[in-house]
Amino acid sequence: MRKGAASLDVQNVRQTFGATLAVDDVTLRVEPGEIVCLLGHSGCGKTSLLRMVAGLERPDSGRVLIDGREVVGPDRFTPPEQRGVGMMFQDYALFPHLTIFENVTFGLSKLPANKARIVAEAQLARVGLLRYAKDYPHMLSGGEQQRVALARAMAPHPGVLLMDEPFSNLDQRMRERIREETTALLRENGATAVVVTHDPEEAMQIADRIALMRAGKIVQMGTAEELYERPQSLFAARFFCDFNEIDANAHDGCIATPLGEFEAPSEVADGPVTVCVRPHGISLEPVDASAPPPPLTGVLKSRRYLGEDDLRHVVVQGLDAPLRVRGAARFRPEVGESVGLRIDARQVLVFSRKTV
Amino acid sequence: MSSGQAKAKAGIFGEGGDRRWLIASSCVALLVLAPLVSLILIAGRGSGDLWPHILAYVLPQALRDTAILLLGVGFVVVTLGAGLAWLVTAYEFPGRRIFDWALLLPLATPTYIVAYAYLDLMHPIGPVQTGLRALLGLTDPRALWFPDVRTMTGCILLLSFVLYPYVYLSTRAMFLMQAGSLLEAARTLGASRTRVFFRVALPLARPAIAVGASLALMEALNDIGASEFLGVQTLSVSIYSTWINRSNLPGAAQIALAMLAVVVALVLLERWARRRQRYVSQAQRARRAAPLQLTGWRAGLAIAIVSTPIFIGFILPAGHVAHEAFKRVRFAGFSPQIGQEILNTIAIASVATVVAMALGFLVASAARLSRAPVGGALLRVSSLGYAAPGTVLAIGLMTPLFALDNIIADSAERLFGISLGLLISGSGAALVYAYVARFLAISAGGVESGLAKLSPSLDQAARVLGQSAGGAMRRVQLPLIRPALGGAALLVFVDCMKELPATLLLRPLNFETLATHLYGEAARGTYEDGAVAATCIVLVGLVPVMMLARLSRRRAFAWDKSVEGVDPMARDLLLVEPAGAPDKPRGKA
Repeated sequence: MRKGAASLDVQNVRQTFGATLAVDDVTLRVEPGEIVCLLGHSGCGKTSLLRMVAGLERPDSGRVLIDGREVVGPDRFTPPEQRGVGMMFQDYALFPHLTIFENVTFGLSKLPANKARIVAEAQLARVGLLRYAKDYPHMLSGGEQQRVALARAMAPHPGVLLMDEPFSNLDQRMRERIREETTALLRENGATAVVVTHDPEEAMQIADRIALMRAGKIVQMGTAEELYERPQSLFAARFFCDFNEIDANAHDGCIATPLGEFEAPSEVADGPVTVCVRPHGISLEPVDASAPPPPLTGVLKSRRYLGEDDLRHVVVQGLDAPLRVRGAARFRPEVGESVGLRIDARQVLVFSRKTV
Repeated sequence: MSSGQAKAKAGIFGEGGDRRWLIASSCVALLVLAPLVSLILIAGRGSGDLWPHILAYVLPQALRDTAILLLGVGFVVVTLGAGLAWLVTAYEFPGRRIFDWALLLPLATPTYIVAYAYLDLMHPIGPVQTGLRALLGLTDPRALWFPDVRTMTGCILLLSFVLYPYVYLSTRAMFLMQAGSLLEAARTLGASRTRVFFRVALPLARPAIAVGASLALMEALNDIGASEFLGVQTLSVSIYSTWINRSNLPGAAQIALAMLAVVVALVLLERWARRRQRYVSQAQRARRAAPLQLTGWRAGLAIAIVSTPIFIGFILPAGHVAHEAFKRVRFAGFSPQIGQEILNTIAIASVATVVAMALGFLVASAARLSRAPVGGALLRVSSLGYAAPGTVLAIGLMTPLFALDNIIADSAERLFGISLGLLISGSGAALVYAYVARFLAISAGGVESGLAKLSPSLDQAARVLGQSAGGAMRRVQLPLIRPALGGAALLVFVDCMKELPATLLLRPLNFETLATHLYGEAARGTYEDGAVAATCIVLVGLVPVMMLARLSRRRAFAWDKSVEGVDPMARDLLLVEPAGAPDKPRGKA
């Protein structure tokens, strides 16, 4: 058992299940007190990576260091109970035959009973469930069970807290609130945490840094802003934003599309490219407005009111699919009306199609 | 007919077609209940001057022996079953995959055969003692002290080594399906493997252990051959000898009632031990916790531990009877008597299987068709026979069937002037009745679990497309649950073939099955064709064990991958064999 947040180093870890490569040469460093999200679609290896850090699975090769101490290496495998990690399971894995209090004290067996009680009660109080201490897990709601699981995982003050889809079993309304509470608790405890999720919004909300994974590899790692604003691949771009994608060709640094000409970024070579335009990066305006005429026109096909946003589909000549345009709408044309379009060049990303 | 619009229910049996199904189902339930009711009536008649004797000498002794036997067997099967299940699920060692299913093999050895085999094996001039003496250079049989198997301890151990698979199977399933992420959670909270076992795995497996142990104890209670050969005066043995030796039916019925009380106590105990089951089945993730790789002497020890029960419970006894049978057939050929007994056994078991499957289908379908709870209740009542030991059932059946026989014979003689003799008991119909009453739980359970997987909208679609309830059953449900039916029928057939206590009491005169032949020889102390009969029974008994092993292996594999994609047949069998799926609530379509 360790006091205080630890660092976590994963070095060149690789794991195969039969013929499939689950985790492919992953290297990752998490600083003490940092919250890192492993983000990716199901089957991308994020949970396998988490389980290897916990010691529930053994990598084929590579090293894992917790607080600079090797727990997995070529000749070492520390069993999970000696690693000083905490883990929160997707289904919470609360022991159904133990009370809430017994669940939380389960990991405190090395403390004398009275001390364990104080720690457990403090944790339960912190998640606001002290009054349920004598109840059994099945008597609690999903959100309460989630908080018990968190209290249980944090009670031994693990150096690293691992969380596997901790919010996926909660319904949408509760998820937002509990996510905030959990993040606040993690910060308050100064815990180092690795959180597995498939939800980009969730990752952006809780993580200091996000490791985006695909097919066993980390494809990009950085802050939410870096991943959202400057995705390095079409995959990363698509993960965070529902782009309008237009296939085109780059020629001499110039890309001609039905939406007009775009400048190719320096790292994009000539050849087939995909131009991605954020739905929020397009604004609509009346066609007959006097001052500078819109560079592009289209016909409004449909309009959906989404509260803070409008989602509009605009048919533009030369495009296979209607453009999706989102944003707070001051100008509200009727369906079938001609509209002018203006595209914010900062909201356009270009990827060479070979690097998909 | 606007039967669909008739909302009002006519009585508890509903209306129209549904009612016919339920009435038929009630008749089946009555047939199962009849022997138990008649038992009470016979016992109530009093056994005359025998009662003081029974009360003073028979019952106390039988109750004490039965209690000691059940306690002993219960303790050993739970230790063996749960311990072995933990060993093969939490650890990895060479051959583990084979041991995983091979541990089920002793299930193929009926209790009376294991006792028969060991009596022969451990006899002072049997192979074990002779071999030991030769090894030690002794010549006098009395010079070597050797533990006698004909003791309570011997009986407990022998029964336990063939009955532990019930606990093993259910507990192993529990460890594989439910505890996975819980065990992992315990590890990440700093618990060692030993602590995980005692603090998490064992308490969680308690319902499964209770199911398995109660099945094993029911078998032990039902056993007649092993206890008698080994000199243990259980209730089952006492019932049999009171009837056979003293021809006192009320006396036998009174002991049988005492036995029924023991059964009820067992069932209540099981219920109590499972009381928190529904909390346990809340764990959602089906994922086997990563096993610990054992190497070196630890792996050797694990292999030694898991092979011991397979050796004692299957390889040694089955190998011995097979060897003896081989010698016998080589020496004396295949006797026509054994051939006739094989035919008898197959014929009576087949008839009973067909009847049991038909009635089971009827009861389970009625339960599905009627939305009233009475259908489900009738299904439960019809399944009660499974808990009634063979001797109890047989004693209960005797009086009403003899009475019926006499009425039929009298009226035939008076009306037509012909002598029919004892039509029901003489034709083996009584035996079929007993088999069906006892094993209806298997057939009805098999059909029920098969039906439970079919969406009710299938029935409804068939009805909307113009089929009657029966037509929908025949054209939609029946083809869909055929694999489940096949599995259940096989189990009923094998159980009928192995059944001894009721067969002994209810068979027609001079009608021998393989089991009764073996019993006769063992009781006389002769070992002629007995080994041949025993070998036949073990071989047949192997079939369902193999099926169970195959699907439990596949199931374990499937659990490793995902919960879905399990062969429906596999699930059925595990449901039919109640030990397999303690987590699944039965019924509730």
